[in-house]
Amino acid sequence: MEKIIAPQQSQNQHHEAEIIPETFSETISDSVFKKFFLEVSSLTIFTLRFFKEVVKPPYEFNEIIKQSFLIGYKSLPLIAITGFIIGLVLTIQTRPTLAKFGAESWVPAMVAVSIIREIGPVITALIFAGKVGSGIGAELASMNVTEQIDAMQVSDTNPFNYLVVTRVLSATFMLPVLVIFSDGVGLLGSFVGVNIKGSVSAYLFFSQIFQSLEFSDLFPAVIKTFFFGFAIGLIGSYKGYYSNKGTEGVGKAANSAVVFASLMVFIIDMIAVQITSLIQN
Amino acid sequence: MPENTTYIMAETDNKQNSNVIVKMEHLKKSFGNNYVLRDINLVINKGENLAILGQSGTGKSVLIKCIVGLIEIDDGKLFIFGQNISELKDKALIEIQKKIGFLFQSGALYDSMTVRENLEFPLRKQLRSISKEKMELMVKEALHNVGLDKAIDKTPSELSGGMRKRLGLARTLILKPEIMLYDEPTTGLDPITSKEISNLILEVQKKYNTSSIIITHDTDCARLTANRIIVLKDGICAAEGTYNDLEKSTNPWIRSFFK
Repeated sequence: MEKIIAPQQSQNQHHEAEIIPETFSETISDSVFKKFFLEVSSLTIFTLRFFKEVVKPPYEFNEIIKQSFLIGYKSLPLIAITGFIIGLVLTIQTRPTLAKFGAESWVPAMVAVSIIREIGPVITALIFAGKVGSGIGAELASMNVTEQIDAMQVSDTNPFNYLVVTRVLSATFMLPVLVIFSDGVGLLGSFVGVNIKGSVSAYLFFSQIFQSLEFSDLFPAVIKTFFFGFAIGLIGSYKGYYSNKGTEGVGKAANSAVVFASLMVFIIDMIAVQITSLIQN
Repeated sequence: MPENTTYIMAETDNKQNSNVIVKMEHLKKSFGNNYVLRDINLVINKGENLAILGQSGTGKSVLIKCIVGLIEIDDGKLFIFGQNISELKDKALIEIQKKIGFLFQSGALYDSMTVRENLEFPLRKQLRSISKEKMELMVKEALHNVGLDKAIDKTPSELSGGMRKRLGLARTLILKPEIMLYDEPTTGLDPITSKEISNLILEVQKKYNTSSIIITHDTDCARLTANRIIVLKDGICAAEGTYNDLEKSTNPWIRSFFK
């Protein structure tokens, strides 16, 4: 005989008073501000959790190496092509202007300082955000949709440690390497650009570059790329890890990871430039 | 609920019976204003297969996600192996969770890994000092138990729906759980493969001596696998009995599940 069980009146059921906003603009501004502050607080909690988990064992060294290979090594062709084109185009575009002032010989120095201090790190970081940030966002979001993250959790694996910490660390340490590589290829592109309408030996070209560059040009530029990499890895992971369920969430996570990470690259760059100029003065 | 239904109040046994594996008392869970589980009282005994039926959105999956710790309960008590989960500290909780296997509706296979790596992953995480030889043996045994011996080097994308469920089951069984939770194991499968999966659930129960909760819409699956069935409605256990009891129920709403 089956047992029919009586429903009990839920004590939690209650009707909330309907809150009617005074104006339409008030509703919009409230929801936009609320959304913004919720997002910022959620990202802050995510960042704090990263710093808590990064020191906590188990340390997933194999996964970090695997991710570094995927994030770093697999990005080399794209970074090389864009770096070369940036060096080449910058040289071709700058040369006529400098020639007007009889300062054509300054082309290598000017291009080198531009690439190493600003253009190399920022452009490489933006390409990195497009390729790696969106990749991390989409990958984690699809893992979320297909319950793979839940599956990790039930098999006694800390998904945050395994998925987020490894990717953020890999992105943080791989971007500076890629930027240095991109700078080198960019200077090579510049050398090709100089030789399109002239003839300058490699020895002369690169000795001019090294004479014009100082340690203070290279050091802050490399340091800020660690922060770029960290921001890109963190935002990609955050957007993917907390994506909405459903396939639409995957696209949204990838898209917003790129947009938000690119914006953060510019904000960090602006802060880094201010700090560098303060220190140098 | 139809008006002419005779209601009998659910009785909860306060004595902790050693035969009881999972016990829920007045379990509640809500998401915002959506009260999914309103008052769940149920018991799962050792070696028993319990099927939970109910319409979509009645909180069936939420219920088993509460058991495995993926979702925290709001109120009520949840006992697993006689221990109140909400009173346990992290380490003790993890030890209990290790004894629970979960077969996800989608299989939740790691797409970037091969079948072999999918099975090795939980082994590496739980048995950190396991040798390669032993791991290989365990992987092959788990695949043999679900009839997937030949798929060892394939990727999940190369597998059919039924094979994905089997692999998901193998990945769960490799850790030899004492409680198995199946989230709609036959959804999206053809009738023949559904029957194969149902038989596999029975085989698993016999071979591994597991106690299981099977969330399903598939009454054939419930008939084949369950010793007892609970029907969820509006966040409470609306009816309980064997397949035959519920099939002959005087309540037309309950009977409608078995047509």
